[in-house]
Amino acid sequence: MQKYTFNALLAVGALVLVLMAHTGHMDLYIQSVLMLMGMNIILATSLNLVNGYMGEFSCGHAGFMCVGAYVSSVITVILFTKDRVFGPPLLDPSLAIWFFPVAVLVGGVAAALVGLVVALPSFKTRGDYLAIITLAVNYMVISAIENIDVIGGPRGFSGMKRVINSMHDVADIPWMLVWVLLGTAFSVWILRRFVASTYGKGIIAICQDEVAAEIMSVNTNKMKLIAFMLSSGVAGIAGGLFAHAYGYVNPQSFNILKSTECMVMVYLGGMGSMSGAVLAAVLFTMLIEALRFGIPALDGVMHTIGLLPDSYEISQVWKWVIIPLVLILLMQFRPEGILGNKELSDVFPRLRRFYSFK
Amino acid sequence: MALLEIQGLTQKFGGLQAVSDFNISIEKGSLVGLIGPNGAGKTTIFNLTSGFYQPTEGTITFDGRDTRGMKPHKVTALGVARTFQNIRLWHDMSVLDNIRIAQHYRMGYSLWDCFARTRNHALREAEIDRIALELLDAMDLRAYADERPRNLPYGLQRRVEIARAMSIQPKLLLLDEPAAGLNSADVEGLIRLVQWIHREFDITIWMIEHQMKVVMTLCSEIKVIDFGATIAEGGPEDIQTNPKVIKAYLGDENI
Amino acid sequence: MEILIQNIINALQFGSFYALIAVGYTLVYGVLLLINFAHGDIFMVGAYIAFFVATFFLGEYGIISPGALSGMTVLMLSIPLTMLLTSCVGVTLERIAYRPLRNKGAHRLYVVITALMCGLILENGNLALLGASRKKFPELIDKAVWTLGDISVTNLKVAVIFTAIAVFMLLHFIVTKTKIGMAMRGISYDKFAIPLMGIPVNTIIVFTFILGSGFAGLAGFMFAMSYPILEPYMGALIGWKAFIAAVVGGIGDIRGAFLGGFLLGFIEIGVVAVFPSTLRDLLAFSVLLLILWWKPTGLFGVAKTTKI
Repeated sequence: MQKYTFNALLAVGALVLVLMAHTGHMDLYIQSVLMLMGMNIILATSLNLVNGYMGEFSCGHAGFMCVGAYVSSVITVILFTKDRVFGPPLLDPSLAIWFFPVAVLVGGVAAALVGLVVALPSFKTRGDYLAIITLAVNYMVISAIENIDVIGGPRGFSGMKRVINSMHDVADIPWMLVWVLLGTAFSVWILRRFVASTYGKGIIAICQDEVAAEIMSVNTNKMKLIAFMLSSGVAGIAGGLFAHAYGYVNPQSFNILKSTECMVMVYLGGMGSMSGAVLAAVLFTMLIEALRFGIPALDGVMHTIGLLPDSYEISQVWKWVIIPLVLILLMQFRPEGILGNKELSDVFPRLRRFYSFK
Repeated sequence: MALLEIQGLTQKFGGLQAVSDFNISIEKGSLVGLIGPNGAGKTTIFNLTSGFYQPTEGTITFDGRDTRGMKPHKVTALGVARTFQNIRLWHDMSVLDNIRIAQHYRMGYSLWDCFARTRNHALREAEIDRIALELLDAMDLRAYADERPRNLPYGLQRRVEIARAMSIQPKLLLLDEPAAGLNSADVEGLIRLVQWIHREFDITIWMIEHQMKVVMTLCSEIKVIDFGATIAEGGPEDIQTNPKVIKAYLGDENI
Repeated sequence: MEILIQNIINALQFGSFYALIAVGYTLVYGVLLLINFAHGDIFMVGAYIAFFVATFFLGEYGIISPGALSGMTVLMLSIPLTMLLTSCVGVTLERIAYRPLRNKGAHRLYVVITALMCGLILENGNLALLGASRKKFPELIDKAVWTLGDISVTNLKVAVIFTAIAVFMLLHFIVTKTKIGMAMRGISYDKFAIPLMGIPVNTIIVFTFILGSGFAGLAGFMFAMSYPILEPYMGALIGWKAFIAAVVGGIGDIRGAFLGGFLLGFIEIGVVAVFPSTLRDLLAFSVLLLILWWKPTGLFGVAKTTKI
């Protein structure tokens, strides 16, 4: 039974979190940080599939997230809420509990289809040129959504809170936390299963020597297609969760800065390491939240000891100076990231006793 | 019907004619050599055979199938495996994984099986593992299964590369200068290995090699090309005494 | 007809900005095979340097008395100084961020990430230090409008276009005629052979950064004069676009950078002339994507062949 320890711990941990949220022992802020952490885990692991395992340089991951966010939001809003634009709900709002995962998955499928725009050129080109294509796709997705007026255009889209509220009417549990926990587990689970099989290892072969992979019978085009679509599809799932957790989406929240965040997490954790990406996502989220409190504290200290003139205040903008700085230092002193391309269980082999991965 | 039948094969790169009107017919079970000076077009012929290039003219028929227009992985799936002049292993994964991934074409399970971890997936993965481990055992590589090829000595890397090609369970094995960069002890080992593979697995082998000792010991039939064109063919003895071959390798004696 | 010519002039003006920035991407890429993602932000820094230099000469900080120098003199003094200071920024980045990595023999990707992060630091560092209030670039020269029939052109637009052309000719001269320029072209093919010609690799790299950032500074100056509102994120979008333009032209090729830049200018103006302006980015990027689909290594790019 020892080998199920890890899975059991995860399940118990998730249950405890949900219970704490339900009984009010965890305030909304902590809940939102946890949800953000979950979404970051999904984003980091899915981008890791392309940037880490396959060795491509995709820098438009947020674009796929955007597609997933909008598609799933529009679906749930049309189906379950009374909306100014889309009219009365098509289905009974109490069904939202059952259809919500489907809507998020459909968002993921839509994102995967947009991923085709990147996957198809990848047959012919790779490296820097492909990086541009991903970048351009990110801009195009944002720009396209800004031009669709019926879903709010540049003003953004909202109404998802009402979907969540109708779930609360059915059963009063912290639904969004549950969904994010489930979504995270599901995403990491399918990605891990993919890269751990001989099938999925084909993309690692492409990364290390594409010519050898093709000649050694790996259908490189098909593998690239799968990798890009899986990666963008899972990012779409993260987008769907994001949209419903915040109840509001705006095209500009999926701009290049968000994509950069995803990349930071991948390279922080180590390319080609699932546990590294998870670890990096957790650390990154905690770093951001720590800075949220750390910066005003630092500002206070500096003013008290008189190092700073009164006219200047250390603002939250410094967060985005400090995070890149951390990554630059990381690149200088430990470029392979926290775990390199190893898994946690390679670094600490004893951990293997406590989980069985299937 | 010969296993591999190449007729009128011509390859042009821009103005350069790398291969011109190359013909060969390789019978099942034979061990054929392809030699020639540097830049004669030998590797190009292998690249054409394995589908990496599409020929400008000519046909390649393998096991009765025209391979024109096939992607390399399709050609490989028909049963053509190869090694590379400069070792092209996947250096950052274990030797075992190298052998496993080369069985990609007969993985036998779908993406769904992979996600859902169906029974089919478990059976197929077990089978892939079994074949890989058996092969490593047979080729004395079992001890290195978890090593990364990068950390192995050159001679062993060559051996791993041949093992990887063998895991495709090919009908035809193309060896591109397998003895390049090996010391004399390794070369002896390689000769024994190739003989053993040829006997044990009953496959056809076609090799490019510069070391005459290897070619003369192993091959029953040798083809010599220079500047993309065939200049001689025959058994080892005929080749050694053929004046055209000597001229191509050593230059014209009447300078 | 008039509208067409007016649009062509606007396209040329925008294309000039893109080209001047794209050339910085292309120069660095040609030498280091590095996408210098910080370059768009160097352009932004250039515009800010231009602002501070120009206001300094106009007497803002009390060292030079206000009105002592005429607008034209200020312009003539400010441009070289801006270019010089901006190239210092570029070279500093190279020295403190890229070179240590290169000396360690780090993978190319790590340098790219570092560049991306340097860009973020420049943007947000600027925002954090100078605050969110936007800077208004002073008017240095009187705006002159030349009209020819129904077509009107400002002197500024003409200056921008001519500057871009002059820069192109200068660069073309440098890379084809001077020793260091030829070394710049050669280095990406064989970085071990170039030192044998008697030019240290680091000299070439620094020279490349000086050129690239200097022209980004020039572009920043021109941009600030044409669109006088400065803000820290102004370099991001225009930088990304110029980068895409450089790639479409064939990154590493100076002709490609200019062609790509002007092409993007024409596409954008063309789109706005026909469709609502909100569709500009979408359609412009789609066209560029199609070009890349058709020619994966850009218009002037050379396809790399794999050898086995």
